[in-house]
Amino acid sequence: MYFDSLQAALHMGGHGFFVWTAYAVTVVTIAAILITPVLRRRRFLRQLTGQLKRAQGAADPSAPGER
Amino acid sequence: MHPVRKQRLYLVLFIALFSSIAIGLVVYALRGNINLFYPPADVAAGMAPVGQPIRVGGMVLEDSLQRSADSLAIRFKLTDYQESVAVVYEGILPDLFAEGQGAVASGVLNDEGVLEASEILAKHDENYMPPEVTHALESSGYDEKGKAR
Amino acid sequence: MWPIFHKFGSPPWLYAISGAILRWLLPITLLALVTGMVWGLLFTPSENVQGNSYRIIYIHVPAAVVALAGYYVMAFAGAISLIWRMKMADVAMKAAAPVGAALTFVALFTGAVWGKPTWGTWWVWDARITSMLILLFLYLGVVALYEAFDNKEAAGKACAVLSLVGMVNIPIIYKSVDWWYSLHQGASIKFTGETSIHSSMLYPLLLMIAAFYALFTCCLLLNMRAELLQREQRTQWVRKLINEDVVN
Repeated sequence: MYFDSLQAALHMGGHGFFVWTAYAVTVVTIAAILITPVLRRRRFLRQLTGQLKRAQGAADPSAPGER
Repeated sequence: MHPVRKQRLYLVLFIALFSSIAIGLVVYALRGNINLFYPPADVAAGMAPVGQPIRVGGMVLEDSLQRSADSLAIRFKLTDYQESVAVVYEGILPDLFAEGQGAVASGVLNDEGVLEASEILAKHDENYMPPEVTHALESSGYDEKGKAR
Repeated sequence: MWPIFHKFGSPPWLYAISGAILRWLLPITLLALVTGMVWGLLFTPSENVQGNSYRIIYIHVPAAVVALAGYYVMAFAGAISLIWRMKMADVAMKAAAPVGAALTFVALFTGAVWGKPTWGTWWVWDARITSMLILLFLYLGVVALYEAFDNKEAAGKACAVLSLVGMVNIPIIYKSVDWWYSLHQGASIKFTGETSIHSSMLYPLLLMIAAFYALFTCCLLLNMRAELLQREQRTQWVRKLINEDVVN
């Protein structure tokens, strides 16, 4: 490791605030763009599964639930 | 290719080509305003307006930096190795500001051709070297491109 | 070439193949990102002039490079959807826009945070930074324009035209530091000529650039899959997929 201690790595010769802020914001943004589509797909799958179940449960195909 | 698709292809090429030309012309017309600063040669040639806020950028000339003994006032020269412009400034300097490094000073050019700066920004080059490598290169007498100093 | 082209037009095939690709690409991407970040933050030497603040390069440059490349992906997909009316190209264009916007935001934000300790300012209206801000607005414009239309076919066409018009901005961003006097320095990695960055700093940077390209691909595929399901919800293959899901 380049730094002697955790303290030195956090401080980075006075530039620690800038470097760690930049990395933190980047990590949060990356997490957001990865997780958003996964959640969107899951939510949609759940919703559609419910619709199908209701449609299968109802004998009448025009029952509410099937839109 | 289907004629309808061919027609649409031409439409796409038309959009791409003509928007490029239009924006290219705008950029060409504004080229002077897009420059962030004047190089010292332009200032020496009288192309920079006097008495208006402008920016001048170049290298801080070696051995030109004079610091005041009792205040933050400094005086130095910005050069592009053809001409140089004297700059006076009082205030906090960026960490990277040093002789032989790039800098951009914003301020007003006075009648004597001295830039009275209100802000100094440091400009760095595209070279990234670890300190040990730089020191080793300096002691070997060659620069990072392998040329003799 | 044409059979592949037709396969890309098939939603169930695209959904299946993207799932298979993501299963190995996503772990590799995350591993490369973590490795590159730890390497750049803790295991590279400091820089002679800038000290430790230069470590921001390992996220700033990859984000900017991929934000530019991603715009070409978006505009290319838009052109295909305009010419061939290929629905999957429209899906790809819509999927690329938010990812590109996020990467452009990362490049601008890390640039500002890097600018303060080195240049002495968070922001300056020089050619590189301003044209990068325009790129952010172009990406956000495509996202907003798509949402503004109720008719999604018209939305796709309008977005495709907007991305094509904005394409001229990419070479401007790229060449801005050569064409005009700017505060931003020139490129350190060059396709022709010497690279002016020491190898101990270059290798982690190249790793991070590759990782960000992979990240863009992952996000593009994830967005496309979510969009595909939604658009194709009434079709047989989606029903089948969900029935299998229910049984499992």
